[in-house]
This record gives sequence, C-alpha cells and structure tokens, in this order.
Amino acid sequence: MARRIAQPARMVALTIDDARVEAGEGDTVAAALMLAGLDRWRATPTSGAPRGLYCGMGVCFDCLVTIDGIASRQACLTPVAEGMRVETGAGKRRLEPKR
Amino acid sequence: MPQSATGNDCDLAIVGAGVVGMALAHGAAGAGARVTILDEGDRAFRASRGNFALVWVQGKGVGLPPYARWTLGSSDLWPGFAAELEAETGRRLHYDRPGGVDVALDEAELEERFSGVERLHNAEPRAAAVEKLDRRRLQKLLPQIGPDVVGGTWCAADAHVNSLRLFDALHEAARLRGAAYRPNARVESIEPLADGFRLVTQAGEMRARRVALAAGLDNARLAPMLGLSAPVKPERGQVMVTEKVQPFLRHPMSGFRQTDEGGVMIGYSNEDRGYDSGQDWRTMARIAANAVRVFPQLAQARIVRAWAALRVMSPDGYPIYERAGSGPPAYVVTCHSGVTLAAAHARILGTAIARDAWPTEDLAPFSARRFAHG
Repeated sequence: MARRIAQPARMVALTIDDARVEAGEGDTVAAALMLAGLDRWRATPTSGAPRGLYCGMGVCFDCLVTIDGIASRQACLTPVAEGMRVETGAGKRRLEPKR
Repeated sequence: MPQSATGNDCDLAIVGAGVVGMALAHGAAGAGARVTILDEGDRAFRASRGNFALVWVQGKGVGLPPYARWTLGSSDLWPGFAAELEAETGRRLHYDRPGGVDVALDEAELEERFSGVERLHNAEPRAAAVEKLDRRRLQKLLPQIGPDVVGGTWCAADAHVNSLRLFDALHEAARLRGAAYRPNARVESIEPLADGFRLVTQAGEMRARRVALAAGLDNARLAPMLGLSAPVKPERGQVMVTEKVQPFLRHPMSGFRQTDEGGVMIGYSNEDRGYDSGQDWRTMARIAANAVRVFPQLAQARIVRAWAALRVMSPDGYPIYERAGSGPPAYVVTCHSGVTLAAAHARILGTAIARDAWPTEDLAPFSARRFAHG
C-alpha cells in the first residue's frame, strides 16, 4: 500500500471512476491512484492480465488510464489537476470514425 | 572433415542470424545440414527488428518480372510454412492473408502505378493479379478512408504476419532442428581452403565445409572474400505504431497494418542517410500527416513507439542470390524483403544449399553479374 512521505503545499480534487479523491498539487495521476489504494487498474487488451504502475517513468505503458475522456494516457507522466476525471479499466480504445 | 578438438568445425556456416539467415538455417537444417549460425551482437544493424511485417506481392517485380514470380511463389508457400513453424515451435505467428491494398491520394499516382502492373502482366502473365479500385469500391473494403483517397490497388495474395514472432519462431525451430547459434561472433574474414573455409570471428576461428552469407548490409564486405559480389547499401525507413485500438483495419496495406494485438503500424520513409539508423521529427511528422489523410480517425490515436531501420538495398532493389563459381560451396543471399521471401528462402534456398543443388538457371536473374557493367 502506497504511503505519502511528504505533505504537499496544496491539495486538488479529482475523481477516479466517479469517486472523489484528493491529491497533492504536482502529484502524478499514478500517485493519486496508488494513494487511493489501487495497485492494478486495467487488464491488457492482449492477454487480459492485470496492469498498474510498473516502470513509473513513461516507458512501459502499463499504467494507462482514461483522463478527461481521452483514453490510453500514461498515469505516471500526467500531473493531477483540479476537477480531472480519471477512469480505469478501459480496454482497447475505439477510434471513432468522426469526432 | 574431422571434428577439431575445440568443436569449432562445422558443415555449413551461415553468416547472419536475421530473418534471412534464420530462414536459410531452418530450411538447410531440415534438409539434413549441420548448421552453425554466426551472428553479431546487440548493436548489429538489424532490419529484421524494424521491418513492416508484410508478406507483400503487389507491385513487386515491375522492373524484373522473374522477381514477381519468385515473390508470388514465396507468398504461396507462406501458409504451409507458417503452419509448419507453428506446429514445430508451439508459437503463434499471426499470419493472415486477407488480401492487401495500396491506396492513392491522386489519380496520376494511381494511373502510373497501375500502368506498371499492366507492363508487368504483359511481360509475365503469371504475376499475381492486381486490380484497380475506384474510390467507391475501395470504400467497401475500407470504409474509414478519408476524402483525399481517390482509389487504390488490390491484390488477393497480399498477407501479413507478426514478424517478431516469426523471428523468434525461426530461432526456436532452427534450435530444435539442431542448428548451433553463436551470437557475438561477427565474422572478420573468410579464407577459402582446399576443402572448405577458415572463418575468423570475434569469438575465435572456425572452419566450415561451406558458407552461406546472409549478413544483410555486411554482405557487401564479406562477399568478395568468397569471390562473390553483393553491392548492397542501406536505405533508411522510419515507422511508428499507435496504442492498441479496437480492430478496424482488416487488410494489410502499403504503409498501414493493424497488428494482431491492435496497434496500427504506420510507415514509411525511403531515406539515403548512410548507416545512420536514427530518427527525425520532420520525417515522422510527414508520415503521420499522410496517415491522417488516409485514415482521419488515426488522429485520435496515440503513437506509442517509433523507430528506424536500414533496408538492405542492391543497386536495382532486387535480391542477389548466387553460388560462387569455383572452390568449395559458397553462397550469398541478400534481399530487402526478408519476411515476404522467408518461405522461399527456407524451403527452396535452404534446401538447395543443404544439398548443394543450387538451381543456377532459375536464379540466374538474381545473379550479381547484372551489375557488372554500368
């Protein structure tokens, strides 16, 4: 279970799968997910195996989430923002013919 | 030849362990040769790791009709070859042959391409059938094409495969067939002896009764040591791949294919940059802009990786297949379509090398002698 080791100067509010959570300003979405008690938050579209934070530095693409409606974003590289909507559990993304 | 105390003697040495060398090894080992494959290390230029994974027929051989037949022949061997490799190794290659499309963004381009197809068919009636599709017919196959696409060409023989799985399966199958793989053994020199060759490698010296060169770009350096010639040069290509998305693209295309796992591969470039296998954002941006014209919805997809690799190009772009005219058996095999031709390389050339029954007449169009004058 993740544990915060330094108190942030300011907190922001976001939602993870519609549940309201608080995170420190400057935290990554991955940190917010870990602090919310999640350690795996999607299944790979290839094998269905569970995935969460792995490399933590933008290389492995294991930590993908949907952020503000945009799928397949890297939780480990995206800073939280006030009012952000994070959704977990998305599989293969569908490209809409028109947007 | 008696076995040496160090075990450094072998029957057939294959230089190069990319898809070309491993296909030869698979075929030759299957036909009874005792094969040792000599490879470079991790820093080798490795076209096999960067290719687009098409098993592609249409458009091939317009300038050399025998190449159209050779390519179609390999394409027709592919289903059995894939099934054999899968059964042998337990690995899945994700080979699929749903027919392929090459789209065009302007009429002149489409006309020019199709007139090449017609010229080829006049010269070689047995070349694969290629059909011209207008926009309406193309839309039935590919409903997602953007408004700039005017039409395309269709060939039922075109296929694709997961080429990294192919590469892995070839290594595994060669191992199961008793071939010895020696990495970090770059060949520095080869010297013909009365009854074979002495090879000086990074990992020491060895002797081989016969040698087949499949070293890609390094064939240019090695072939003259065997009295052969392989004037190949690098041509850089850049490719990118999107995140995994829901299947929307069933047909492999020149420059597009959706992999079995969902990523969309987007290509490509043809660049003369010497041995620089790096990338540049201008080329990537051009590739991406073109991709979005063909499939506007790709603009929503995230690119997760991009890479470059060096094609192995002869002066006319066609393969070089040759047996040395004198001395112990020595061969050179080099091409830039190692995936498409893998089945022919394994089944036809690998077997021919194992039996030293080189089909000289059939392969005459691919001799490097065609570059001798001019």
